[in-house]
Amino acid sequence: MTNMTMVEAINLAMAHELNADPDLLVMGEDVGMNGGVFRATVDLRKEFGRTRVIDTPLAETMIVGTAIGMATQGLHPVAEIQFMGFVYPAMEQLICHAARMRNRTRGRLSCPLVIRAPFGGGIHAPEHHSESTEALFAHIPGLRVVIPSSPLRAYRLLLAAIRNPDPVIFLEPKRIYRAVSQPVDDNGEALPLDTCFTLREGSDLTLISWGAMVQETLKAADHLKQQNVHCEVIDVATVSPLDRRTLIASVCKTGRAVIVHEAPRHCGVGAEIAATLQEHCLLDLKAPVKRVTGYDTIMPYLRQELRYMPSVERILSAANEVINFGS
Amino acid sequence: MKQKYEFSVQSHRFINSAGKALMPLPARYADLQLLEQAYEQMVLIRTFDQKAIALQRTGKIGTYPSVLGHEAINIGAGLALHQEDVFAPYYRDLGIQYLRGVSFVEQLMYWGGDERGSCYAKQPEDLPICVPIATQFCHAAGVASAIKFRQQARAVLVSGGDGSTSKGDFLESLNLAGAWQLPLVFLVSNNQWAISTPRYLQCHAETLAQKAIGAGIPGVQVDGNDFVAVHDTLTDALTRARTGHGPTLVEAVTYRLGDHTTADDASRYRSQEDLKKAWEEEPIKRLRLYLSSQNAWDEKREQALLQRCKVTVEKAVADYAAIEPDVPTAMFDHLFATLPEDLHDQYEELRRQTQEASHD
Ligand SMILES: Cc1ncc(C[n+]2csc(CCOP(=O)(O)OP(=O)(O)O)c2C)c(N)n1
Ligand SMILES: [Mg+2]
Repeated sequence: MTNMTMVEAINLAMAHELNADPDLLVMGEDVGMNGGVFRATVDLRKEFGRTRVIDTPLAETMIVGTAIGMATQGLHPVAEIQFMGFVYPAMEQLICHAARMRNRTRGRLSCPLVIRAPFGGGIHAPEHHSESTEALFAHIPGLRVVIPSSPLRAYRLLLAAIRNPDPVIFLEPKRIYRAVSQPVDDNGEALPLDTCFTLREGSDLTLISWGAMVQETLKAADHLKQQNVHCEVIDVATVSPLDRRTLIASVCKTGRAVIVHEAPRHCGVGAEIAATLQEHCLLDLKAPVKRVTGYDTIMPYLRQELRYMPSVERILSAANEVINFGS
Repeated sequence: MKQKYEFSVQSHRFINSAGKALMPLPARYADLQLLEQAYEQMVLIRTFDQKAIALQRTGKIGTYPSVLGHEAINIGAGLALHQEDVFAPYYRDLGIQYLRGVSFVEQLMYWGGDERGSCYAKQPEDLPICVPIATQFCHAAGVASAIKFRQQARAVLVSGGDGSTSKGDFLESLNLAGAWQLPLVFLVSNNQWAISTPRYLQCHAETLAQKAIGAGIPGVQVDGNDFVAVHDTLTDALTRARTGHGPTLVEAVTYRLGDHTTADDASRYRSQEDLKKAWEEEPIKRLRLYLSSQNAWDEKREQALLQRCKVTVEKAVADYAAIEPDVPTAMFDHLFATLPEDLHDQYEELRRQTQEASHD
């Protein structure tokens, strides 16, 4: 078992599946010779050759549309979109085709493809390199949206995404690409999709998050523990379809929930979770469900981006409001 | 079978890499004043460029895309434009923007992550830098349509890289420009690379200029390291656009002498030999050699110029350093013409938090 970062674990998962699955292809801008701008595909071309690890022309509509065509032929393309902010030209292909091919042909054709894209703020990047728009994809029936928050879960969720017979949008929180290392065993074992991960158990308050914000959320849980508030921390991980059961069970137990995400609040995935909780936990709730999110503004450029993103302080302030509700 | 259509692509070059004129220069360059001015601007741009890279290395600005090797294209285009024209840039157009009135301080603010860098105090109409590749081509077609609609004698210049020509936005705009005969000039800075993707993987066509043929508009290639070729060709193309003679595509062939941006390491994917060869073609040296051969330049003038450039750039850096960061609530201020009531609470929350943080 080797200690590795999230981006290394993602690379390892692709290498594992390139070995195991002769139909797997990796494609995208700069994924070959350069190994991807974040090095997620580093050395894959050397090992698997340029027919399986493909540098494409610069055209996202083409990348995703071509991946769809390949997938209908039974290939398993893993296409990288260099940054989430550049996936929008491909939205037509994703919404009108990838998400619908199975349904449209009543199962005759399908789209076993993965779109990988780094996302999220905090790395001091230029405009369009920092947003979190997972809700756009989560709103589309027929797409799965998966977001890992640790190296091990990245490895095992990417394996699951690749092996899944339907299109998966695999969003990689780039701020923590290299922030944490942990031992990852290259055993080819996938995690289930559509499952939340309970990272900490607690009885007073459920903190719900995903992606890079899981780090902030865990730090907040540490602080709260010193206040004698025991948090249950849940990494949602599969934003769509949601594992509502785990979320409901936790909040029915703790009676309190704070949802933390980087994306804007309005119509964010947090809204869907909050609605679910009030539908199922109303009588167990001791306080309104709170959200700590990015503001409903354009993500500021790098000088102000940390003002935009949820901080430990903002999470703590929301948690304390919830804890002290009514008293 | 009968031949339906045949095409060829012209390539323009006046001054070679040794600084020799390959043919008599067009009349507009006869008195050398324009060339001296161009040379000085190219050196100024390179001076700023080197400084910007250094500022990124010390964390004073964010990711920055160097224009090293693009100076002749930048200054050639900038000097070909008229004030009343409109320019739609991409991110490697520092010199064009500078000549359009976008200050170095504004550039540093923009690359330093401050939205106010796109305010362009001295440039009311040009579009801001477009980060999503090729999207600016469509906007430029729209600007050109507005100009045509109002029957104005103005041109639009839109600019992008070799990689951008692979995207639908480019081809769709080119097609429209032909169909509607827009007063629009497409400038493609072909620097051989789109990050690590070499030109030949981008497109199988021999030239990028020939993409114009499919849209029924003229396409020409120029030596992008030769100021005269760039300036002369763009001057003619813009004149045609202003006078109702339709669009042109100009492919300027150069080489990206720096990394893609400060976040890139080009040594991972290209050889030192190729880079060394490309340096022999670089635009500044060749114009200096030409001017020297005309007795219009010497070491004394060179030293004086370098000194002036240094002063200008240092002044801009100092002015930039003195600028206070914007207030965080500015992220709400320009979202809509007026802030919707629904957002007042979030605005207040941010304002409160900012105040608390500044009291810590
Ligand atoms: C739609 C889109 N996809 C991907 C990117 C990431 N990206 C930024 S620059 C670049 C390469 C552009 O190459 P080219 O058009 O040749 O311009 P150059 O940088 O070489 O001047 C890429 C892929 C982007 N900005 N926009
Ligand atoms: Mg290029």
